[in-house]
Amino acid sequence: MNPHDVVITGIGLVSSLGEGPDAHWQKLAQPGLEPVLEASRFPPYTIHPLPEIDWNLQIAKRGDQRQMETWQRLGTYAAGMALDDAGIKGNDELCTTMDMVVAAGGGERDEAVDADILAASESRNDRDVLLNEKLTTELRPTLFLAQLSNLLAGNISIVHKVTGSSRTFMGEEGAGVAAVETAAARIRSGQSTHILVGGAFQTEHSDMLLGYELAGYLHRGAWKPVWQRQGAEGGGVVTGSGGAFLVLEQREHATSRGRRIYAELGPVVSGRARRRLGGLEAEIAALLRQAALPNGELLAISGASGAHAATAAEKSAFDANPAIAARAFSTLTGHMKEAQFPFAVALAALAVDRKAAYPVFDATVERPFGGVPKTVLATAIGYHQFEGVALVNAA
Amino acid sequence: MANLNDHMGRPIVAVTGIGVVTSLGVGKADNWGALTAGQSGIHPITRFPVDHLNTRISGMVDFLPSSSKGASLLTYELAETAAQEAVAEAGLNSGDFGGPLFLASPPVELDWSERFSLYNSDKQDIGAERLLRVARGLKEFAIFETTQFGSIADRLADQFGTRGLPITLSTACASGATAIQLGVEAIRRGECDRALSIGADGSATAEALIRFSLLSALSTHNDIPEKASKPFSKDRDGFVLAEGSGALVLESLEAALARGATVLGILRGCGEKADDFHRTRSKPDGSPAIAAVRAALADAGLGEDEIDYVNAHGTSTPENDKMEHLSLSTVFGERIGSMPISSNKSMIGHTLSAAGAVEAAFSLMTMRESVIPPTINYDNPDPAIVLDLVPNKKRNAEVGTVLSNSFGFGGQNTCLVMAREPV
Repeated sequence: MNPHDVVITGIGLVSSLGEGPDAHWQKLAQPGLEPVLEASRFPPYTIHPLPEIDWNLQIAKRGDQRQMETWQRLGTYAAGMALDDAGIKGNDELCTTMDMVVAAGGGERDEAVDADILAASESRNDRDVLLNEKLTTELRPTLFLAQLSNLLAGNISIVHKVTGSSRTFMGEEGAGVAAVETAAARIRSGQSTHILVGGAFQTEHSDMLLGYELAGYLHRGAWKPVWQRQGAEGGGVVTGSGGAFLVLEQREHATSRGRRIYAELGPVVSGRARRRLGGLEAEIAALLRQAALPNGELLAISGASGAHAATAAEKSAFDANPAIAARAFSTLTGHMKEAQFPFAVALAALAVDRKAAYPVFDATVERPFGGVPKTVLATAIGYHQFEGVALVNAA
Repeated sequence: MANLNDHMGRPIVAVTGIGVVTSLGVGKADNWGALTAGQSGIHPITRFPVDHLNTRISGMVDFLPSSSKGASLLTYELAETAAQEAVAEAGLNSGDFGGPLFLASPPVELDWSERFSLYNSDKQDIGAERLLRVARGLKEFAIFETTQFGSIADRLADQFGTRGLPITLSTACASGATAIQLGVEAIRRGECDRALSIGADGSATAEALIRFSLLSALSTHNDIPEKASKPFSKDRDGFVLAEGSGALVLESLEAALARGATVLGILRGCGEKADDFHRTRSKPDGSPAIAAVRAALADAGLGEDEIDYVNAHGTSTPENDKMEHLSLSTVFGERIGSMPISSNKSMIGHTLSAAGAVEAAFSLMTMRESVIPPTINYDNPDPAIVLDLVPNKKRNAEVGTVLSNSFGFGGQNTCLVMAREPV
């Protein structure tokens, strides 16, 4: 144990399964849990929708809620939950000295305005003029702020008063990996004592689906578990709305204020395979080597998206290491893009904390894990680019 | 033997390469010539029709091959062009940079031209459903790539051979400074000997302009475009949307000296502080901006009396310039009246995600050339703001240290302190 270890002292989680670390543990510990699916709203795609959320629990002012669309609300909500869990929320001294790294995409566009413009474009040749005409009159002025990537962090500062520093990383799963990696590096080097890190993804908006489908990444037809989508219609990704925030803290800082520690965050290793050259499987193997996996049976919380090529490469890398017992949580939550890696780390921390492995999420492909997990691997292999892994150790 | 560590025992971070593109031109030579001549790059918008628009001027970069190809491709070209200049100046292999990449770039969205063409390539369904139907039939990745937040950095990483997972970031108008800060921190932590930090923004689309317009953030002084950006003036009425890029090769002083590189300047300190007051307005007491400036000075190990010049955020909005004056006068006290302060934005407009990097590049050049670029269009002083703004004409001056401010929408404030010489 080192006083500059990075430990996890707060977890905020939201997914179709519910909200909070306890609710997620209870659900995910049930063998044979069925996913919450919504197949009628965005056919031919299935998604995992948000649960019922009482935003007031974490965003007290209605005015603040109105300034955000669902994505920012979701992130601000999950962040508040993590701060609460770590005993930091409402503590001015801890909030004003707290650093923050948020992994973000963009917020929701106004679908009605967009549809209106597109419909009018069928009968107009002066489309650029049409655009000016419609956007200047139909856009809600403050919507821009709900769309800006860095305004999730901005809202967290406003609502929860976290103001030490504020950085927003962009770039799908890789943003989540880099956010956790950078936050951990800051703590290890003594630059920060406590950091809020995480992200959110709200898939219940056609543009968020379009972001995958422009390259045909979405799975179509009947739902299947993550590992079983190869060869099925579409590209293999089933998305879900959700968010994951972690409070990372220097061990000494956490113990001195008497906080409960879920787990220690070990090495976080990131990479950028030249995928077009076919290097992904070798890159994943290299990341696992760099993380220095412990001997013996190893539980792996996999952020596999289901995207055919990336998921096949991750599976091969795991198959080459028979000690690994993988749990692809997106089978039950859907893929949450920027939030994927923080979510994987959170689930790994819960398993270590509860001294028990999750049952298989897919009985056909995943295999049971018998012992008490002292170290758990978390992965996020991007559906298109960037990848990362981390080891989460018993506190 | 130079001291290789700073006042806190961390590796000193040197700048060994600088690249810049703005509406004034490509490269340091053209930009510096125009900037010190007090020349404005603000001009009427020609990239798209301006019917129905209140603001019809900008500082767009209209002279690159990608200028009309959409925000993502233009942002890439801006970033690549500035980085090529910086890496070449540093004397490094432009295909094997050998350090991490930190890119400040605007959030991406599917361009309207693509939306229109996708939509009108089919007749079935309406609205988003039709777009999704067309999308799943696409056979190539080009449009998809423009919608992925990590793709510009991924291409740059391929192009320059940077190491590891590239970081793309946004802290709004502070982004460029944050990219530099992340590079500085990575070197200080000993994770690398060098880093490539780029701020690039080619996102001045009609929709972006309209969004800022609807927030009343833009100048509407359309008649004489080069006069529209007038930071700290009494009649300032908003910023001028602009494009550009700045790139720095950052290197530990030790590594730079060991390979015989020319040290162009030192990144002495970085400071930041988030505002929790409002999404577009800063806390009335200016405390977050004040704290960011003080944090940068402390990180640099310099006192308030050791800054020679301030490269202001100076956007030309009523709010920013008032708050920046308040925070600078609070930190620097009476001395503020005699410290030269100027705003590059008076000539190049607000390059948003690129601004912090572009202005860091100009700050470094200010020290190297011993010339302070002016704040142009300073014809109607605001009586509430008494500063030495280097009005309208460049000034020759020995400048050993610079403070460069970047304050963003959403409350993200980042300040950089640069020095000419390692101490």
